Amino acid sequence: MRKGQYRFVAGFLFVPVALYLIFVIWPYIQTFGYSLTDWKGESQTFKFVGLDNYRALLHDDVFKEAIWHNLLFLVFIPVITILLALFFAFMVNAGGRSKAGGVTGVAGSGFYKIVYFFPQVLSLAILAVLFNAVYRSDGGGLLNGFLIKLHLVDVNNPVEWLNEPNMVLWALMAVVVWHGVGFYLVLFSAAMQSIPRDIYEAALIDGANRSQSFFRITLPLLWETVQTAWVYLGIIAMDMFVLVSSMTSNMGAYGGGPDHGSDVMSTVMMRNFLYFGKSGYACAMGVVMLLLTLVLSVVTLRATRRERIEF
Amino acid sequence: MGSTSAENNGSNGVGRRDLIKRSAALGLIAVPTMSFLSACASGGGDDSSSDDSTKGTTSKSNPFGVKKGSTLDVVVFKGGYGDDYAKAWEANFKTKIGVSSTHTGTQEITGKLQPRFNAGNPPDIVDDSGAQQIKIDVLYKNGQLLDLSPVLDAPAIDDPTKKVRDLLIPGTLDPGVQEGKVVALNYIYTVWGLWYSGKLFKEKGWTPPKTWDEFIAVCQKAKAAGIGGLAHQGKYPYYINVAIMDLIAKKGGIDAVKAIDNLDPKAFVGSAAAQAGVEAIYEVVEKGLLMPGTNGLTHTESQTRWNQYKAAFITCGSWLENEQLKLTPTDFDMKFLPMPLLADSKMPFEAIRAGSGEPFIIPAKAKNLPGAKEFMRHMLSKEWSTLFAKEANSLTILKDGVDSSVTLRPGTQSTVDASKAAGANTFRYLYPDWYSEMDTSIQNASNELMAKRIQPKEWLKRCQAAVDKQAKDPASKKNVHS
Repeated sequence: MRKGQYRFVAGFLFVPVALYLIFVIWPYIQTFGYSLTDWKGESQTFKFVGLDNYRALLHDDVFKEAIWHNLLFLVFIPVITILLALFFAFMVNAGGRSKAGGVTGVAGSGFYKIVYFFPQVLSLAILAVLFNAVYRSDGGGLLNGFLIKLHLVDVNNPVEWLNEPNMVLWALMAVVVWHGVGFYLVLFSAAMQSIPRDIYEAALIDGANRSQSFFRITLPLLWETVQTAWVYLGIIAMDMFVLVSSMTSNMGAYGGGPDHGSDVMSTVMMRNFLYFGKSGYACAMGVVMLLLTLVLSVVTLRATRRERIEF
Repeated sequence: MGSTSAENNGSNGVGRRDLIKRSAALGLIAVPTMSFLSACASGGGDDSSSDDSTKGTTSKSNPFGVKKGSTLDVVVFKGGYGDDYAKAWEANFKTKIGVSSTHTGTQEITGKLQPRFNAGNPPDIVDDSGAQQIKIDVLYKNGQLLDLSPVLDAPAIDDPTKKVRDLLIPGTLDPGVQEGKVVALNYIYTVWGLWYSGKLFKEKGWTPPKTWDEFIAVCQKAKAAGIGGLAHQGKYPYYINVAIMDLIAKKGGIDAVKAIDNLDPKAFVGSAAAQAGVEAIYEVVEKGLLMPGTNGLTHTESQTRWNQYKAAFITCGSWLENEQLKLTPTDFDMKFLPMPLLADSKMPFEAIRAGSGEPFIIPAKAKNLPGAKEFMRHMLSKEWSTLFAKEANSLTILKDGVDSSVTLRPGTQSTVDASKAAGANTFRYLYPDWYSEMDTSIQNASNELMAKRIQPKEWLKRCQAAVDKQAKDPASKKNVHS
């Protein structure tokens, strides 16, 4: 019956594998193919140019700067989001000190859980519109208006949040963190609730304070969830296309300003692909992006691998 | 059968291990086989153009041989001008010629059309405009654009003794030229410069400035009155370039314009006009005469602020009035102003950047080429030009193309007056239509200048670097602004 079983399994796998091959693997292969040509994007006539596009990429300062921006996002977005989410999740689930001696969240934790989740409901496009109003560069912006009222900012010299090279990346990062914390709070909350209460109670009896019970109990037992969160947030950090292209000042197309100060790999790629008509070159960028993402995923998974704790 | 392992099947079939080996081998061949790849990706695109089913017999009134009962695929950018004008044309085309149209009005020109161009299945006529237009230079380089000379040399609808091109405002075909051929019909007549509110100026007792010193003086009075001097649409540095490049053109004359378009090694660095132009704009920045925050605003945000009397001037093209129609107070009295003059300028104050915008193209692989050509010929008739003026509040490139029954809004009327005063003193930069990448670099430098992060000297250097980089592309030799 082994053979029959094989066919049976293959039968089920056929459709998903075929879809995967057609819509994921085949485009990857095509992209690689196009990256070896001088394709201009609007017709099917092109010449084979070998590795010229990759060679040009080595000297493309805008793309190299964009890689750095993605790496910066890759470091800070997961770290800040996860730390905040962990802190809030801990406070919501085990941070309270009820008089009865049990382990509960701080007062009103059910309410907080729902409120923190609100931003996650918004789509990225709405988020961009919302934060464009927050960061607006004149007195009509929420932040500027507020700071002007407090006399912290001169009305004739408002802060151009998204037009300052030193500020624009952090401004974008704040949006992503604000958007993401609620989701990871819920994710971590779910994981925390599966940690048996008696472990906390035992720690309490032994006189552990909040930070001790967090670092000695919660964090080690949550490690796998944190690892998952890290991978998801890493994917977001490697992308950032929607926010950059719809919030930052225009470098011809797809945002990226000021002076390429917020360009990420995907915006540089799209600009070259459609706006400059250097589509083959853009495909080479796509291949580099794929490789970088693959390397980073492997590194992340290896680096965070720990012994699984059974409980 | 139960115990027979797959590897031992021998000649009976393909074993599991064999299968894996073979598929791996297949994968290895597949990757480097370029012809195979391109064949699959081209998705049935072929080079044959118009098929026979759309070809009728030609006659004097039907120079392209349009076939009655055929259909036309029209795609129109639905932006500041809406798309009602195109629907009015299509209805008229159906009753007159007997060709019905499928109409698509959209802002996503690239998203909708890029796949169709690649598949060799483009529409018949396209208004390729807006933020998501497919750049004309890119389409041209891909061989997707029809040379429009047959349309332009055909007899005009209004006067069949003349060619279509003879009834157009001189110079309006130029921006649609790539390597010497007209491949895009820029249909709307546009003037660029400064705009102000007649009401605000009357109220404050300011006179519209004619020289740069007067301009600075008005800006200073505006600042004293608690509003900004100059507003611009900072998130899109395209707009401030209108001011900078106009100053350069008027100071240095048409030679300064040509130097930039023709990628002269002294277009910016070493050009006195370019230096004077950028230093003049920087004076506005340094003296704090910009509307506060304008560097980070989108076009709608800053134009609306200007409509709320928060700034004396704004830079824009003549689409401004229609774009701001709903947000402009009824007594605003929108007025156009040619760029004020720097000392010792080669052009007079009345000189303006004027020309055509909103490129209409006919794809070379359109299915109904005769229909598309006939449609374009009709666009350049007084009847259709008047339809456009009615629906979209703007002028077309047809000389005297609006029926006198249509009254124009104040801003549009002021552009008509300004063009009359300018006469032959009009100029137009062509580099943005030829060199997208160079244009982007110059815009980027201007954004840095306005934010005071670079000085005029550095701006000149960056712009020259962009020009020099473009000049290295051998294809750029074929574009000449003469």
